[in-house]
Amino acid sequence: MSATEIQSPRSAKAPAAKVGSNRIAPQYRRNGSSKGNFEMLAWLFMRLSGVVLVVLIFGHLFVNLLVGEGIHAIDFGFVAGKWADPFWQIWDLAMLWLAMLHGTNGVRTIINDYAEKDATRLWLKIVLYAATTVIIILGTLVIFTFDPCPVVNGVQLPGGFCPAP
Amino acid sequence: MTAELAEPASKIELPAHVGGGGEIPSFDVTLRVRRYNPEVSEDATWDDFKVTMYGTDRVLDALHKIKWEMDGSVSFRRSCAHGVCGSDAMRINGRNRLACKTLLKDLDTSKPITVEPIKGLPVEKDLIVDMEPFFQSFREVMPFLINRGHEPTKERLQSAEDRERFDDTTKCILCAACTSSCPVFWTDGQYFGPAAIVNAHRFIFDSRDDAGDMRLEILNDKEGVWRCRTTFNCTEACPRGIQVTQAIAEVKQAILSRKI
Repeated sequence: MSATEIQSPRSAKAPAAKVGSNRIAPQYRRNGSSKGNFEMLAWLFMRLSGVVLVVLIFGHLFVNLLVGEGIHAIDFGFVAGKWADPFWQIWDLAMLWLAMLHGTNGVRTIINDYAEKDATRLWLKIVLYAATTVIIILGTLVIFTFDPCPVVNGVQLPGGFCPAP
Repeated sequence: MTAELAEPASKIELPAHVGGGGEIPSFDVTLRVRRYNPEVSEDATWDDFKVTMYGTDRVLDALHKIKWEMDGSVSFRRSCAHGVCGSDAMRINGRNRLACKTLLKDLDTSKPITVEPIKGLPVEKDLIVDMEPFFQSFREVMPFLINRGHEPTKERLQSAEDRERFDDTTKCILCAACTSSCPVFWTDGQYFGPAAIVNAHRFIFDSRDDAGDMRLEILNDKEGVWRCRTTFNCTEACPRGIQVTQAIAEVKQAILSRKI
């Protein structure tokens, strides 16, 4: 006996599903099947990034607010000092990317769950992805191109803590 | 002798107001039933029915009393009336339950008891919904044994441990209480829903079945298990006590370990 080929009865494709399909209201007909593992990877990313973010954020809060003089030490110079160190550049970069992608994926999920019309979903997601892209690019540029002592037209901008040029 | 033997009359004449020793207490209760009849009006309304019921009565008994003695147009589904067939799932006081398994005395009878059709499926009349979208998802996961080996001459044997693996999900009676309690399903009805996943789980983890991979692939869909938000509404709604959310999590795990 040869193995019979069993087609999965996907509503959109299998001819068997056509029988009685007019009984189903259009909003219940599944919009075809999705190829790939995007939803699985998104689900996995949420969990992994969540765990990493707990470490990154609490490390960030501990170093900024508790170590040394604690919260009183925070000023422009403190941030400038941190970003002079590649370790904190990478730390903050990871925090920025993971937090933004984690949050974006969460909002994407909420849009999928609560927006009922496809057009509404599309527009909300366009706005979401645009905002995410801008913030991630801007944040990354700030972390890597940050210059605490900018000199404009040969004139030192006010800072107070920068060595004289 | 053909005369029927009647039960001997009681020797003690009791006055009507004296009840028997084991008499069941009765109480008045108001049922607030969601009414919808598209042939009359597009709007659904609430109808209140005041009935005298007994401590042993269930919501289904109250609905029977209403239908048989007060308003014959009240429509609802029920078949076995004993929690086996899964026909009479409805939203009672805002929770999905089987009317035949919900005792009136367990509810707050001082306030009207609301009875609505289950949510997320198109209402046809009163408490009757169109179950077709629900069964569509059920059919899509192929809820039947697929075995590619030789057909055995006797039954397909299985060890007690192998059977135990999916025991919980064999209890499903397809009442739709779980799927229609799921907020993700309410949005657009595209999500497969807990019931379909439970019935896929029943075969995915069956050692005799060979199409587990195919079912996992079906449920890896964007409308599949990944839309589950683990709100546990389904577990709470299940009249058979199936750990639905856990079953969904096990299917997620199976998909993950298969892909990675």
